[in-house]
Amino acid sequence: MSSDAVTVTPESTADLADAMRAVEADDARVSIRGAGTKQGWGALSRETSVVIETTRLARVIEHATGDLVLTVEAGARLTDVQNAVAAHGQRLALDPPERDATIGGVVASAASGPWRLRYGTPRDQLIGITVVLADGTIAKSGGKVVKNVAGYDLGKLFTGSFGTLGAIASVTVKLQPIPPAMRIVSVAADEPGAVWAAVARSTAEPTAVEWDGRTVHVLVEGAHAAVEAIASTLAGSLGTTTITDTLPATFGARPWSPGEIGIKLTHRLSALDTAVAALRRELPGARLSAHVGSGVVWAGWPVADVASARAAVEALRTVGSTVVVDAPFEVKQAVDVWGPVAAVSLMRRIKDQFDPDHRLNPGRFVDGI
Amino acid sequence: MTLAALASDFTRVLGDDSVITERAALRTYECDGLTAYRCIPGLVVLPRTTAQVSYVVRRCHEESVPFVARGSGTGLSGGALPMETGVLIVMSRMTNVRAVDIEDERAVVEPGVVNLELSRRAAPHGYFYAPDPSSQQVCSIGGNVAENSGGAHCLKYGFTAHHVTGLEVVLPDGTVEKLGGYAPDPVGYDLIGAFVGSEGTLGIATEVTVRLMRAPESVRTLLAAFRTMDDAGAAVSAIIGAGILPAAIEMMDALSIEAAEAAVACGYPAGAGAVLIVELDGPAAQVEADGSAVEDHCSAAGAFELRLAVDDAERAQVWRGRKSAFAAVGRISADYIVQDGVVPRTALAEVLGDIAALASSTGIRVANVFHAGDGNLHPLVLFDESKGETERAEEVSTRILELCLEHGGSITGEHGVGHDKKKQMSRMFTADDLDVMQLVRCAFDPASLCNPGKVFPTPRLCGERPGRRTGAHPLQEAGVADVF
Ligand SMILES: Cc1cc2nc3c(=O)[nH]c(=O)nc-3n(C[C@H](O)[C@H](O)[C@H](O)COP(=O)(O)OP(=O)(O)OC[C@H]3O[C@@H](n4cnc5c(N)ncnc54)[C@H](O)[C@@H]3O)c2cc1C
Repeated sequence: MSSDAVTVTPESTADLADAMRAVEADDARVSIRGAGTKQGWGALSRETSVVIETTRLARVIEHATGDLVLTVEAGARLTDVQNAVAAHGQRLALDPPERDATIGGVVASAASGPWRLRYGTPRDQLIGITVVLADGTIAKSGGKVVKNVAGYDLGKLFTGSFGTLGAIASVTVKLQPIPPAMRIVSVAADEPGAVWAAVARSTAEPTAVEWDGRTVHVLVEGAHAAVEAIASTLAGSLGTTTITDTLPATFGARPWSPGEIGIKLTHRLSALDTAVAALRRELPGARLSAHVGSGVVWAGWPVADVASARAAVEALRTVGSTVVVDAPFEVKQAVDVWGPVAAVSLMRRIKDQFDPDHRLNPGRFVDGI
Repeated sequence: MTLAALASDFTRVLGDDSVITERAALRTYECDGLTAYRCIPGLVVLPRTTAQVSYVVRRCHEESVPFVARGSGTGLSGGALPMETGVLIVMSRMTNVRAVDIEDERAVVEPGVVNLELSRRAAPHGYFYAPDPSSQQVCSIGGNVAENSGGAHCLKYGFTAHHVTGLEVVLPDGTVEKLGGYAPDPVGYDLIGAFVGSEGTLGIATEVTVRLMRAPESVRTLLAAFRTMDDAGAAVSAIIGAGILPAAIEMMDALSIEAAEAAVACGYPAGAGAVLIVELDGPAAQVEADGSAVEDHCSAAGAFELRLAVDDAERAQVWRGRKSAFAAVGRISADYIVQDGVVPRTALAEVLGDIAALASSTGIRVANVFHAGDGNLHPLVLFDESKGETERAEEVSTRILELCLEHGGSITGEHGVGHDKKKQMSRMFTADDLDVMQLVRCAFDPASLCNPGKVFPTPRLCGERPGRRTGAHPLQEAGVADVF
């Protein structure tokens, strides 16, 4: 965005539609943002003159507690939503570590955390969505019931679209009961593959299995009467005795700090150690972590020189899809952050249908979309 | 080009055992599981490979001939209803299981593979494929993908959309694209998410990669009998309210119990006004803890008999009544309509009351069998065509969907919109909602040849944006000119 960009903060879906129409009337380009926790994610945006920020579009529209369903405006902060529904013993099964993120931002970036092993990613929590297109059209799909196959699922298309198809005005998500008790079984592992193989063969049904580069932590949740038994059986098969009932501070943390490079490598489940070995080979000294059992490994390191970062990313792409998630400006300028994309011409056609003038977050997504 | 010319072209390329042109043989394909709508297809092809599907679709596209995919034809919304002027592409010969990779927790199958076959292949390894529609012995994975099918156990495990990680699709112009695969989070728009549940209107799936899941350590199936539907409903609310997530909670009312008894002698407790089947699965200690809580909630809500299935044989006996229910109503009624609507779980009691009132005011009986855990109703509207009740039954059936919408629900939880519920789409969605959905259609199938006339009440012409510009002028995009 340009430095003198105008910021608009709509307070309702109608406001948001007005803002879009004004943008269209001015033939402007827009950045859409929530709390801005992922402004560094995605490719570099081309110049925009307007910022639409959703942080004042943040009401809880309806919490149907008995139905475990929540409808909330896009700008509501995930943390606030969790606090509100926790009062009823419920949670939204999304735990990306960016604490200040808005729901709309989490959905638009498909951000996930450790719980994805059991519950999936934002696409799997969403049961309804209301969006505003670049010409101000307000449209919804899905609804507020957990089972529904009427019409196309725009929610899935908008999840992970990085604001390039339209602005998310509100979402309806399903909620989960908060399990009464938890245990964490921890086992040291330089390579997490063997631990995963043992967990996968067990019937513990863990909520999450996280590796922080040194230790695998298995989160088991359930009834008070059950978790101890499940955890100790699991610990036995993993050859450890370390069972605690609090999460380590680093649980689910991304292994990079602001200003560093963070990448995400995805792999088939059996190739976890291969992925880890490739990361260690191409990025000696990088911090690693993994959503074990989900096929996601993260790496973070400080930029030394851009050319070698680029070479490492290219080399990793022969191992698995590698996305440069977060990185300083000069790195994003030099590296293809998304990497190769299947069916990209179809994606372009979708973009052309939804945002024919390419006004929204231009350049931020794959292939310059 | 005429269909006859296309037929000889397809015969040349696919072989003459893969093309059907005789009227009597074409008739086999005139309808899907919703037999009220029939149409004899212009031409039927039965491809064996992706290349053949691609060829057929490309030729249809070149000749502007519409085409419809068909799996096993068990769909209940007329989604695979063919066209007289079009080609029906039957996927039932693509039945290879290409891979079962347990360490990757994935299987790769051709679309004609029958749903149950996946779990059969995975079972020896201690794994299973979670989506389990009641039609799982015959319905195809391709059809499941198109319909985003669910099953009794989707309360815990989710629908087809949650279990597909990769697709090979033939787009409506014949292009073959591979989306996703074994690894998660494919880069770019979630095209798999857009395709699953699109009811065969965005292309033809020729290969499907699915997630396999570790079989649970323990399964516990409880049959609880209640005097009234209200009591059973209260038990469901109490179970969910207590934070218990069963794999399945199914409910049947007195009329459907009566039908099931007549058909399969399932031996449900006599005098029950409603039964619940509650199945828990997971780690043994968890199932044990939840199991006793579920029994307590049922008793507190007024259950007069609880039966715990202790082994697979008893479990099968409990499920027999439920699984046979649709077909069983044939025993107590000459004709029936299977409806599929959804309401918020907390509105179940009220909606069931409204349905009962509707039944008594119209004299049309309605049997209720449904997925109580997620509010997905399957009212069976019973009638006798020979007594001229058809029209009234259809009115009752339509009115039930309106009741669902009035309570904030949906016109379909798993059977899809297809041909049958197009009209009701505009009661659930605004014109703008439907127009925006069809933007997706226009991106995939601008010529509107792929299963046209399904899902949407009013097809939209692609490229036409009522009251809108169709895109930036090239000069404007290049920064040379401005609109104002
Ligand atoms: C007794 C009975 C019980 C049922 N129970 C359930 C249930 O519990 N849950 C549930 O969800 N459904 C249920 N159904 C409905 C039906 O079985 C499902 O919708 C099923 O997924 C349809 O699969 P099929 O192979 O028969 O598809 P078809 O009926 O042949 O086709 C359905 C749709 O899929 C499209 N299609 C088929 N193959 C492909 C492909 N390869 N690529 C793209 N599109 C394709 C067709 O064009 C059509 O629109 C039931 C049906 C019956 C008869």
